[in-house]
Amino acid sequence: MLQPFATAIAANRFGLGARPGDLAHIGSDPVGWLDDQLTGSAPVVSGEGLRPSEAIISDSLRLRDQLREAKRSAPGKQGDAAALQAAVTKLPQFFRPIYVAEATARFQQALSTDRPFVERLTQFWTNHFAVSVDKIAVLGVAGALEREAIRPHVLGKFTDLLLAVEQHPAMLLYLDNYLSVGPNSRVAAPRGLRPVRRQLGINENLAREILELHTLGVGGGYTQADVTIFAEVITGWSIGGERGRLFSAGDPGRFVFRPDIHEPGTKVVLGKRYPDNEHGQGVAVLHDLASHPSTARFIATKLARHFIADDPPPAVVDRLAKTFLSTGGDLPAVYRALITCAEAWANPLSKYKTPSDYIVSSFRGLDLPIVNERAVLAPFELLGQRTYSPGSPAGWPDKSADWDGASALMKRIEWADAVGQRVGSKRDAAGLAPQLLGETLTTATRTSIARAASGAQALTLLLAAPEFMRR
Amino acid sequence: MKSLARREFLTAGAMALGSTLLTSRVVFARGNADTKSRFIFIIMRGALDGLAAAPPYGDRDYPSLRRDLALKAPGTPGGVLPLSGGLIGLHPSFAFLRESFEARELVVFHAVASPYRERSHFDGQDVLENGTVRAHAVQTGWLNRALSVLPSNSGQGRERGVALGQNVPLVMRGPAAVTSWSPSKLAALDEDTLQRITDLYAADPLLSGRLADALAADAIAESEGGMAPQLSAGAPRGGTARYAEVINAAAGFLKREDGPQVAVFDTTGWDTHANEGSAEGQLAGRLAALDTGLRTLKEQMGPAWGNTAVVLATEFGRTAAVNGTRGTDHGTGAAAFLLGGAVKGGRVIADWPGLSSRALYQGRDLQPTLDLRSVLKGVLEEHLQIPGRAIESNVFPGSGSAKPLTGLIRT
Repeated sequence: MLQPFATAIAANRFGLGARPGDLAHIGSDPVGWLDDQLTGSAPVVSGEGLRPSEAIISDSLRLRDQLREAKRSAPGKQGDAAALQAAVTKLPQFFRPIYVAEATARFQQALSTDRPFVERLTQFWTNHFAVSVDKIAVLGVAGALEREAIRPHVLGKFTDLLLAVEQHPAMLLYLDNYLSVGPNSRVAAPRGLRPVRRQLGINENLAREILELHTLGVGGGYTQADVTIFAEVITGWSIGGERGRLFSAGDPGRFVFRPDIHEPGTKVVLGKRYPDNEHGQGVAVLHDLASHPSTARFIATKLARHFIADDPPPAVVDRLAKTFLSTGGDLPAVYRALITCAEAWANPLSKYKTPSDYIVSSFRGLDLPIVNERAVLAPFELLGQRTYSPGSPAGWPDKSADWDGASALMKRIEWADAVGQRVGSKRDAAGLAPQLLGETLTTATRTSIARAASGAQALTLLLAAPEFMRR
Repeated sequence: MKSLARREFLTAGAMALGSTLLTSRVVFARGNADTKSRFIFIIMRGALDGLAAAPPYGDRDYPSLRRDLALKAPGTPGGVLPLSGGLIGLHPSFAFLRESFEARELVVFHAVASPYRERSHFDGQDVLENGTVRAHAVQTGWLNRALSVLPSNSGQGRERGVALGQNVPLVMRGPAAVTSWSPSKLAALDEDTLQRITDLYAADPLLSGRLADALAADAIAESEGGMAPQLSAGAPRGGTARYAEVINAAAGFLKREDGPQVAVFDTTGWDTHANEGSAEGQLAGRLAALDTGLRTLKEQMGPAWGNTAVVLATEFGRTAAVNGTRGTDHGTGAAAFLLGGAVKGGRVIADWPGLSSRALYQGRDLQPTLDLRSVLKGVLEEHLQIPGRAIESNVFPGSGSAKPLTGLIRT
């Protein structure tokens, strides 16, 4: 039997924050409300300026060629130096409007969706398979990774999600795999001679992060040798049209397997032999990683941490991991196991909101419009969670201590104040508070809002309230 | 107007509350003879390539391992900046560090590592910060635990440390009161709204504590003119000004007698898997920005620089050899730096293991021969006067094998 505050938990912890009317709509069946959202395929996000990654990358390759050309001819001549400078800034200038369009579409989707649980799950997986736009090469394609690889599989099988992500150009760019070359590949060691091109070799970045961050988790049972050999397995996983000095093959901007740079031979990863069937070798390893017990436990822990508590109850982790394994990584089955755990509904406000949670729930709660580009980017930058910019492949952290710093709290309050002053009396905080916070609304907050000196101050107090800082 | 309003509130609010909570929190620990020492810990997240930052140009295997990434010999354009000993030098971007070495204010440590021996950034950073031998073993950091046993700590909840950033990194989390500060681009609240929020948080220990910490830090920042970066006239612009904001804030807090004794901040971008560059390029640019930042720090600290020690450390080093994409992958042994007017510098401290294939750790990384905890323990004991017993039991538990390095600090 769920407590009365379960309605607010569904909207605010499993969803992205209640909009006026949401709590009444959810009513006394919060589990049913979440469960219904898992039926059918995930929503497709559309918006102005969104383009397929293939088109973005093939255009950017042309710009890079121009840059190389400018670099070649630049030295000495003044006019050419200006041309070089122009060429250098072209790539960010090309990527930035695409990034803004992606961030806008994502924010709009979070504000308008009637399936906020699915949207939160999407954001969870995007963060699990994080790329970060502080690496300029992915500025234009980070959003495309989410739309093309994550969203289509968020309500599908983990294996398909994993395969889509690891073969997406954004991931191959972000973790450098597109130029990783097998030392005994045909390009590096022609005709079976000793390797001649000393410059060529593997880059183990993607292989390591697949094992550590995407599947088994650190301590999941792999060794440095597994990392190195798995990196050899996925040599040749690259992007078409990427010329480098070596090759020019495949459709520009699309995933391509390049046999010429693939490290040949049977390989042993995690004690299992994988014969060399080129691209299929890496696919086979990913299939096994996706169904590994360590992967099940790692994913289960992260989901339980995100949706229940920083230190999730072990029984929940066990249950989710077991479901993951017994269903072959069927993600909706795992989500359903999560929302039917009693522990998920026992404690309200058990998670401190991330800046993104805080901004999105404020916009949803106050029904704020996205007025311009600044409204899309600035709040996230000010509060310390720039869109698609976690800074590392580990993604944004997911515990209170990572977000509850003194300065971070002050920024939230200042932002809440700015929102309150801008919206002023156009919203009624006293009327909104129970609609957004339900049974988690405290008497102290209700009283504080009621006694506010102005409508603007009342809104600031609502957004700054302890129960609005958490979910 | 806004900032004045904030400062007035601090006094008015404290009086209106009539409580000791706010008054005790808005004043940092008063300076006295015991608390003059200042310490800054700079975390270089992403695994700094120690063989690039402090190149072992005298090792005969260095050029062949580093190939295109190898720096040229000292004396040539873009060449290594030599240090005494003829083995280890500094990257050409480190002009200020070289001057500091000459001025005996810099110690370079090499082949140094935390107890962590795997190659995950995130676990490596956790061990670097939590001060134990295992990732995620505890939820507090060694620097905070050190602050909690400071001999002169009056135990009144006064912030001894400040993290420059919105949030507090693990190394600074724990029982001792600390705060965080970062510049705000938003208007400060009026005192009435702030008072109401303070009241609203009264029953919430986390939020009321954080809010008080934030007000304490803002009070100092405002009396320091908002900590706006003051670049000297000739200071370079653009990329090398990367750390201006955080460095100015660090100096603004630490140079005050009534300010916190310890500051911590992050630097990022050291994970150079591809196109790392050599005398010029990606890493060179970042090292130059850091070098400029450290020079600014010394300038901004003024006379307090004489009481200051700065440690720069990273979670682990990178592979000795260049990888297939003109970068380096995750490794083990690294370099670390101890800088400041309080430092007995002009030395390279390294039990150099060599770079031959037999000497490398697991055949690929610089073999660690110095425990980073030995450096940190020595600095905590000699500089911050943390009792050795507390260091062993509380700050770096289980570090008995890593004896503190002595003589790192001027006496």
